[in-house]
Amino acid sequence: MSAEVCVSIERDTDIITARQRGREIAAAAGFSSTDQTITALAISEIARNIVTYAQRGKVTLSRLDEGGRSGILIVAQDDGPGIPDTELALRDGYSTGRSLGVGLPGAKRVMDEFELVSAPGKGTTITMKKWRR
Amino acid sequence: MAVPILKQGDVLIASIQSALSDQDLVQLRDDFADQVGRFRSRGIIIDVTALDVLDSFATRTLQSIAYIAKLRGASTVVVGIQPDVAFAMVQLGLSLEGVATALDLEEGLAHTAAIAKQGRHRVR
Repeated sequence: MSAEVCVSIERDTDIITARQRGREIAAAAGFSSTDQTITALAISEIARNIVTYAQRGKVTLSRLDEGGRSGILIVAQDDGPGIPDTELALRDGYSTGRSLGVGLPGAKRVMDEFELVSAPGKGTTITMKKWRR
Repeated sequence: MAVPILKQGDVLIASIQSALSDQDLVQLRDDFADQVGRFRSRGIIIDVTALDVLDSFATRTLQSIAYIAKLRGASTVVVGIQPDVAFAMVQLGLSLEGVATALDLEEGLAHTAAIAKQGRHRVR
């Protein structure tokens, strides 16, 4: 696996950096330009979640090469307040932050693998993967 | 980076040239809210041709701009959404409902002119 890129998320401009780095990795992995855009958008949503709810955290991006297929691994981590009901947080239209509630469920929908681990006071970790088509 | 707003007759045009932070978007919304009244503008055109991503915050802010402008008597058109951007928005379930769109700046200007023409008959 090639080197991973870690983007610390502390302010709104870091969201842009994270999604741009993600797009670069997706491009290097051979993603179509549409899939690069979808990947960048999904990263934007989970990075924004950190800024909105946890104030700070990090997004780690790495290229995946497994059994002849390539893809991208995206891990968003924070030590924020955590999510009491992760199932609810992944439901379309649910939000506590005055947003539209489309970010997390949307990101989940466009990724091939998506895992959300969180508990109150324990922070939140989102792990997602997308493979080249 | 703040987005400059150009005044062209009774239309305000913002051509976004690079990725915008949330702060930049909020600034753009506030600038439009201010200038629509100051210049008695009838239309707003936002050119997003250069944007490679429109995420939930961006779409929500564009909707806010359009709604604020509407309350101030001006129409809004978002122009230049790239095919990949449109596709990604649909996949993620992001919507620009309530905001007029046009293919490019030329179409956007035509749309704004058509609405302004209709509007001339309304009571002021």
